[in-house]
Order: sequence, then structure tokens, then C-alpha cells
Amino acid sequence: MVTGQFLRKLGAAAGAALALSPALAFAQEVGKGHPEPGQFHLQQSVTPIMDSIVAFHDGPLMWTITLIVLFVLALLIVIVVRFNAKANPVPARFTHNTLIEIIWTVVPIIVLIVIAVPSFGVLSDQLTTPDGERKYLGANIFSFGEVEVPAASLTIKATGQQWYWDYEYVQYDNYVEGASPDQILGFSQNIMPEDDTPGVNGAAPTPGRKSAKPNQPRLLAVDNELIVPVNTTVSMQVTADPAGVIHAFAVPSFGIKVDAVPGRLNETWFNARETGLYYGQCSELCGKDHAFMPIAVRVVTEEEFRTFITAYAANRDYAAAAALLPAIQ
Amino acid sequence: MSEAHLEAHATGHDYASQHDHHTPTGWRRWVLSTNHKDIGIMYLVFSIITGIIGGLLSGVMRLELQEPGIQIFHGLAAMVYGLDASTVSAVDAGKQMYNVFTTAHALIMVFFVVMPATMGGFANYFAPLMVGAPDTAFPRINNIAFWLLPAAFILLLMSLFFEGAGGVGGFGGGWTIYPPLSTTVGHPGPAMDFAILSLHVAGVSSILGAINLITTIFNMRAPGMTIHKMPLFAWSVLVTAFLLLLALPVLAGAITMLLTDRNFGTKFFSPEGGGDPILFQHLFWFFGHPEVYIMILPGFGIVSHIVATFSRKPVFGYMAMAYAMVAIGFVGFVVWAHHMYTTGLSLDVQRYFVAATMVIAVPTGVKIFSWIATMWGGSITFRIPMLWAIGFIFLFTVGGVTGVVLANAGADRALHDTYYVVAHFHYVLSLGAVFSIFAGWYYWYPKMFGYMYNEFLGKLHFWTMFVGVNLIFFPQHFLGLSGMPRRYIDYPDAFALWNRVSSIGYYVTFVAMIIFFYATWEASRKKRPAGDNPWGDGATTLEWTLSSPPPFHQFSTLPRIDSTNAH
Repeated sequence: MVTGQFLRKLGAAAGAALALSPALAFAQEVGKGHPEPGQFHLQQSVTPIMDSIVAFHDGPLMWTITLIVLFVLALLIVIVVRFNAKANPVPARFTHNTLIEIIWTVVPIIVLIVIAVPSFGVLSDQLTTPDGERKYLGANIFSFGEVEVPAASLTIKATGQQWYWDYEYVQYDNYVEGASPDQILGFSQNIMPEDDTPGVNGAAPTPGRKSAKPNQPRLLAVDNELIVPVNTTVSMQVTADPAGVIHAFAVPSFGIKVDAVPGRLNETWFNARETGLYYGQCSELCGKDHAFMPIAVRVVTEEEFRTFITAYAANRDYAAAAALLPAIQ
Repeated sequence: MSEAHLEAHATGHDYASQHDHHTPTGWRRWVLSTNHKDIGIMYLVFSIITGIIGGLLSGVMRLELQEPGIQIFHGLAAMVYGLDASTVSAVDAGKQMYNVFTTAHALIMVFFVVMPATMGGFANYFAPLMVGAPDTAFPRINNIAFWLLPAAFILLLMSLFFEGAGGVGGFGGGWTIYPPLSTTVGHPGPAMDFAILSLHVAGVSSILGAINLITTIFNMRAPGMTIHKMPLFAWSVLVTAFLLLLALPVLAGAITMLLTDRNFGTKFFSPEGGGDPILFQHLFWFFGHPEVYIMILPGFGIVSHIVATFSRKPVFGYMAMAYAMVAIGFVGFVVWAHHMYTTGLSLDVQRYFVAATMVIAVPTGVKIFSWIATMWGGSITFRIPMLWAIGFIFLFTVGGVTGVVLANAGADRALHDTYYVVAHFHYVLSLGAVFSIFAGWYYWYPKMFGYMYNEFLGKLHFWTMFVGVNLIFFPQHFLGLSGMPRRYIDYPDAFALWNRVSSIGYYVTFVAMIIFFYATWEASRKKRPAGDNPWGDGATTLEWTLSSPPPFHQFSTLPRIDSTNAH
């Protein structure tokens, strides 16, 4: 046990050192659920999975690649200064140095192994749906898992269409007393049009984002957000219209991205710890409106979600049920 | 081996004696050419022409992306299709047209610019010279290999003028041509069929070229030039030719299945008929990943020679350099699914591809460090080709390390299909492969045409382009990290800043290209004679023993390589 504690402490120390990453040398306000203007960093994390991606990217990866590039740059500068024809008129003739060749083969291998250790951990977490027992890495990617994640209590299916998303609450009986397992609640999620988008054949513009959802960003705002409870593991099934094309379901702040492939049912999961609105965008080229089928997930409190899903299950009316929730700021 | 040499000798000699005093002239010299140098020049000219087209396509894209919103393409579509620019249909046509532009840009740059320049132009011209051969092994195959390429390019251009989807001409499904977007589901019109035929023809061209180069390098090396004395550019061409030979038939198979899915009712990639769209992705990337090494490996060879020449020092670690390329080529075939981490591959499969992909960093590191060690202790003159070669080494390092980031499926989850990937592959291709092509062009221009570039203009071209391409692509890392997906005509306003910087970078690069064309015109006008070897005693390979330009047929007496003038 002593060893385990020591290793955990060592991991924490390593994590702390790595947090001083080159990427954070310019501390920056980063977007939560959406990008901020001029952002040059990963979006802010609200799930254990994205925690580990951010820690892995900002830590071992950014350190390694920054040092390699600076090292190569430094060598090139030394070469330019010391070995130009004026400074060094007579060239050396050596063509071999076994020791240095072994070093620059072996050292990269060691570096790659050091990267691979957290890499496999981060990857395994992403692809293993929680069962309630397994511990996840979270931000401490050099630990053996210290974040507890409950088993999934809600299953949602997302279907990519040309060019919008269909969602179905497939399994929600933890939230609605006596919900029938075959009663699936489905709705579509379309991009909010701009108010000045002309109607078809010169028809009047339809009321869009600016009037209905004035504070939501252009190209990310949708008519119907996917509503999920906070601190809950949601199992996402992702597919596409069997007669359609491939899309990809992605929410950067959750650290998830999975292709929606016709004829396949892919699976991912997330557990968001903060309420709010989290945007994503279709991430596989799917035709003309590829850039215009955003994803918006609204994370609400558990009570709010119960209110919503109960009303939705009772009336089968998404809009009426969503109207029960507090207005989005 | 010695018999082959004798045969080559005899053939070269006969041919020379027949034609020495009346080499073909006018259009016959070019159209009917079986001369590896003339065919090499034609490849390079072809590559320049297609490069202008491919570069202009990306210019329209950067204009569009300079500001959020759709500025250019609805107007362009309105112009092309006679629509009213303010209508929804013009905007819709514009969106599809943008996808057509991204697709055409990629296909042109990959198949009709980089590959013809390296494996067509430089390999044809210089691989035979460097191994001391009078010509390539199959001169007539060389001719057909070249002439298939304009045919393929015309097919690709024709595809732009036939309907793809939504009444808009051209295929807009990306160079990866993933079904079902590339089947009749996504693109019912014949544009995709033209694109498939174009890739088929271009593939045949490359396979023929590869066979020719492999045979030449294996059988026609000058006496004494063992495979381990062969210059590194010849090594790089040999490895690349094998990659072409093994990878392109897989692409041909995949697009043939696509063609029959589209036209003859097969269901290879259609789930409703028991097919699987992911099958295509496996086949495509089994070709597609070696393809990226096909584009960069000849550049490795070129840069090795330039670095050695201008350092006046032999290449450091020749054997490691040669076998690093072999290793990269070999491992390049077993890492393809790292392009597919988000398709739903199982955990174990993803683990394997993470590990295999990271292995490639090792031989690549050996190459980078060996170039540096070649320069170390050298007496370096920073002539134009050397600037491009050093620029290549640095920028390829930047592109390489982001490749290590993307190799990790765990990190790739956040970066897959974002601008981070766009930045990564442009650093290794647009800044890596293209810089190596310019390095080769400036290095061998005196040999090919007999004249010298204006040193100032060439360096001005380098520095302008160096600033320009970095301005284009470095900010795209930021866009990718903050979540901007690829292949988007319009983006949330938060991404405006870095997109604007990126577009400004394009304009700088555009100016650099104007400088390049002016410098080329200037060099051809001023006719500063180059002499046999303008680069001094560092240039030791066989092409520098010939006149500039070399005689129509060289080595009618084969050079003899002894142990002192190895590589």
C-alpha cells in the first residue's frame, strides 16, 4: 500500500510539473462549451475524459514537441553560426559516429515509451464505458485512475442526417417512473437560421437566432438542444441515416468525437460536471451543409432534467417540455 | 548484374551512334520523347502548370475564409450557374462549390503537382544520371507514363464540369472520396465517375513510372556502383517506387469497387446491401498512408544531397539514412488506421495503431539528426538550394512533431478532422515536400538548363515564402485546438482572428510565387552560364560530371565507380 501511495504522490508531482506546460506559458481564458475569439488552446473541459486529454496534450505532448523543435532549431542556429564557410573554411570529413547514432535512435524510443504510457491510459478511458467500478484518470494521467464515474443511467441515440441531427432518448427509466422500455422519445436538432436569411422563393425571412436566441453564437445555436442531467454518465449511441452519408458527432468540451456511420452503431459516453450549454460541430465531411449542422448539448440539474423528461414522456412534445426549463441566458 | 550493365552499355551506344547528330527536334522531340531528361522536363513543366491551378484554388478558399460568413462562393456559383446571387439556391450551390474546390485542390496537389514533380520530374531526370545509366530501362513506358498524366488531369478537369450533387459541377466529397458521399447517395452525377477514371489513369501512369525506375535502379547502375554506393536520391526513388507499386493497386481496387457500386448495382460500401462504408476507408488509407511517404521520401533524398553539397562534407551515416527510408516505407504500410481513430475501431486495434505509428518517429528522427550531423563541422555556403533544404529540415520537424501528437488516439479524439490536422499535413507536405521540390529545382536548375538563378531573387523567394507559409499554417494549429472542423466554408465568429492571419499568409505566399516566376524568367533571360558544376567540390554525384545541360544521350561510355568516390 505504501508503494501505491508513493506512486500516486509521484504521479501527482509529475502531473503538477507537467501542468506548467509550454501551452500555458501564455495563460488564456478558454471557451467552455464554445471557442473564444482568438483562442489557441483546447476548449475548457467539463468531463473526466476531456480532463485527461487536456492534461495529456498540455503536459507530455506539448513539452516533448516544444523541446524537440527548440532543440533542432538550436542545432541549426549553431550550425549557421559556427560552420559557415567564413567561420570554418575547412570542412571536417567524418561520416560516422556509432555512439551518437545509437543515442539518437534510443533516446527517441525512450521518449516515445514515456508518451505511450499516459497515451494508452487516456485512450482506454475514452473507449471504456463506465460500469461504476472502474476508476478513470481524469486530470492526473500518471495515476492509476482516481476519478470515480458512475455507470450510465441514461442512453441517448444520435443519428446524423443530411444536414441535421436526430436524437432519441432510448433508455431513461431511471428518471421517469414506470417508463416503458419501448417508448422512445425523439426530436430533431437543426441549426438556428439567421434572421436575415432569405426565405425560399422570396418568402419573408423566418425568425432566427438573433430574435429567438440572441446570445447564442452564429453557426452553433440550434433550435432544440439535447438536454442531459449534470454529473450523470450518459451513454451515447451514434449512427447515421442508413440511406445517408457519414457524419461525426463531436463535443470538444466533453472530449468526445465519434463517426456516425450508416449501418453501424458506434458508442461513446460522457459525464459533464457543470451545467451549461456545450456546442460541437459535425466533424466528417457530409456534403453541402457540413458546416451547418451544429450540435448543442444543454446540461441541466438533475431536478430540471426530471421535470423535462417526465413532461416529455407524458406529452411527447419536446418544445413544451423544454419550455419548462429556465430560459438560457 | 554485369550482363545487364553490358546490355545497357550496348543499347546506349547503339542508340547514340544512330542519333548523335540528328536528335529529334520540334514537337517530335517532346511528344514522341523516349529521353528520360526530356520527359523529366515535361513532368516538371506539367507540375508547374497544375501547381498554379491547385494554388489558385486554395487562394479562392482562403479569400472565402478570411472573414466569417459566405463572401465569395455564392457569387462565384451565381456567375457559373447563372443564378441570382442573393438567393438560397446560389448560396447552396456556393457551399457545394467550396467542397468541390477543397477536393480539387487536394487531388491536384497530391496526384498532379507533388508526385509528378518528384517521382516524375526529378526522379526521371536525375535517378538515371546519378546511377550512371544512359537512360531509363523502358524509355517507351516512360513516354506513355508521362502522357497518361495530362490525360488523367483532363479527366479531373472534366469532372469539374459535370454534375456532382445538387446541380453543381464537380465532386465535393474530399480527396478521401469516402462513400456513401462518393456513391450515388451523395453524388448522383457523373462528376465522381470522371474523378475515378482520372485516378485510375494517374495510377497507371505512376505504376508504369515506378516499374521503370525500379528496373533502372536495379539493373542499370554503372559498373562499380553497388547498391550501397548508390546516391541517397536514387535510394529514395527506389523506396518510393516500391511504395507506389504496392499502394496504388489497392487504391485502384477500391475505386473500381466504388465505380461498380455507383454504376452496376454492387453494394461493397452500402450497408443496406450488406456492405460497409468503413471497408472503403481501410482500403483507401492502406493506399493513402504510403502515399504521404511517396510525396515526402524523394524530398528526403534531394535534401540529403543539397545538405552534403553545400557543407562540402559527405552525408553523415549513409547506411542509416538509406535504411531509415526503407524502414519508413515499410512501417508506412502498417499504420493506415491512425486516420480512422473515430470510426469506431476497437480499443485493441487503436492501441496497435498508436504504437505502430509512433515507431515511424524513430527513423524520421534518424534522418533529421543525420542531416544536422552532415552540416556539423561543415564549411557551409548558404546558396539558394541550401536555404530551402535547411527550411525543409526545420519545417518538417515542426510537421513531424504534430504528427506524434496526432498519432496518439487519445489526443486525436480532440483533434481529428480539425484544422490541427490541416496544419499538420500542410507542414509536412506544403512546407516539407514543396520546400524539398524548390530545393531540388534551385539545386538542379543549373544542370537542367545550364543557367544560374539570380542569387538575390532566389533568396527573396525563399524568405517570402518561408514567412508566408508559416503565417498560413501555424495559426491553423490554434484553430484546430480550439475546435474548428476541417472542410468548413463558414465558421463561428470566434475563429475569425486566426483565419484572417492565415489568409494574409496566403497573400504573402502568392507574392513569393510571383517572385519565383519572375526569377525564373530573369534566369532564362540573363543566361548566366552555370558550367558543369556550379556548386563546387561538395557536389560529388555523377550528374555534375556532365555538361550543363547534359548531352542528349549521356554515358555512352559507362562511368566506372571505384571505392574512393562513393556516394
